[in-house]
Amino acid sequence: MMKGSPLSGRDSKNPNQTTINVTDGTLIPIKDEGSLLSAWNISFFGAVALLVALPLLSPDPYLHILSFVPDGLVATFSVTLISIFFALLIGLFAGLGRISQKLFINRIATVYVEVIRGIPLLVQLFYIYYALGPLLRLKGPPAAILAMSICYGAYMAEIFRAGMQAIPRGQMEAALALGMSRSTAMRKIIIPQTIRIILPPIGNEFIALLKDSSLVSILAVSDLLRRGREYASTSFRYFESYTVIALIYLVMTLFFSRLVGMMEERLRHRGKVH
Amino acid sequence: MEKYIEIRNAVKSFGSVKALRGVSLTVKKGEVVLVIGPSGSGKSTLLRSVNRLEHLDSGEILIDGESVTDPNADIRHIREEVGMVFQSFNLFPHLTVIDNITLAPITVLKKTKDEAIDQARNLLAKVGLSDKEKAWPEQLSGGQQQRVAIARALAMNPKVMLFDEPTSALDPEMIKEVLDVMTELAHEGMTMLVVSHEMGFARAAANRIIFMDAGQIVEEAPPETFFTSPREERTRKFLEHIL
Repeated sequence: MMKGSPLSGRDSKNPNQTTINVTDGTLIPIKDEGSLLSAWNISFFGAVALLVALPLLSPDPYLHILSFVPDGLVATFSVTLISIFFALLIGLFAGLGRISQKLFINRIATVYVEVIRGIPLLVQLFYIYYALGPLLRLKGPPAAILAMSICYGAYMAEIFRAGMQAIPRGQMEAALALGMSRSTAMRKIIIPQTIRIILPPIGNEFIALLKDSSLVSILAVSDLLRRGREYASTSFRYFESYTVIALIYLVMTLFFSRLVGMMEERLRHRGKVH
Repeated sequence: MEKYIEIRNAVKSFGSVKALRGVSLTVKKGEVVLVIGPSGSGKSTLLRSVNRLEHLDSGEILIDGESVTDPNADIRHIREEVGMVFQSFNLFPHLTVIDNITLAPITVLKKTKDEAIDQARNLLAKVGLSDKEKAWPEQLSGGQQQRVAIARALAMNPKVMLFDEPTSALDPEMIKEVLDVMTELAHEGMTMLVVSHEMGFARAAANRIIFMDAGQIVEEAPPETFFTSPREERTRKFLEHIL
């Protein structure tokens, strides 16, 4: 996982633009790259072209591989989507805990974030599946989802925290001065503005999680990578199998990163956050 | 006239910095009181203590006889009756102008949407921005944003309005449009506590000027006396700087 340090950057010179840069921002395509030969276009359409051309030019083994791996795609997406859902839930509460003024809650949330972010995801997967296996008795997929949710929940917590802290204090003060309760102010004023800021970084987390989901192939989950490995080990076509797998991951992540980029662009245009 | 805001011996420190060193001040119903003073004199802290955006270390503040500083006070109810306008406007950027104004009446006062919108339109007419109800805050100039902020505060039908340097963040050509709205409000009999250095507004609308320095009230007087014949040396020095 590539992760930068979470920071809420409110540009002091340009207070109209609030950006938080929580993950590897390079995932989002650079806006100016409008030309036909942009890095994104070359990578994306190159990968798509290969995925179409290879099976046409040499159906054995490429067409076989392509028909063998789709179940893996379903598993990859299931694990990713379910994990991101729980990670968001955990992240929201842990993020609120991180900005809580109650010392006890704050400490628990902060320890959670520090501990989880300090342990590699692969180690966490092994820990929940093997080390806690006798205790939890989880099968591969639920163990994978549990580990990924807990791990990504910690990163989500930092996004939520940074997002909420990026909202100027005056917003809460204005809401309180109008007689709103703290929770109404959170619901009506702070959270809606936070969501607008954190959607792009959350999109990035989704892409990172999609890639990291390949790690669960180790826990007997038949995801995309594992299906590729299964094909390779029976056919001994290692090069061809892993080429197809790599291309499929590439197409998916590039597609979603473009989607996140477009979303960010739209959010920037309407209803800016101070 | 009855006392509306009563501040008794307010003391407040931020760490080792003493922002208020025992300030007492009374504002009567319908009175417009202007607080001036150098930066760091505690004037904003005093204002923000009135609706408890700052908690006093000691002392007491009463609004219409109700204690603000009592930890058991129903502060939300008190805040409904105390409108506040900020230096940085603090409009809600994710809501249109009309939604900015109607949000609190709907969520706090439980007004119906239609009622709230009718009232918001009247207030927008009053501040001269009827054509902006569907605009986003970012599309407005600073002066327009501040007038919307005033309308938003008035939508709660407050009995007193607090203004915290309402024109300090504005370009010079926009100051007048905001002061005009404030002057009109003063002439309608609104009780107002205003932190500002706008001398034009002071002469046009203020009943009293309070000069604060280093967390204390140094001098208070009606505007004419204050500007022409200040008693204290510190006041004179300060006036030399700003006039």
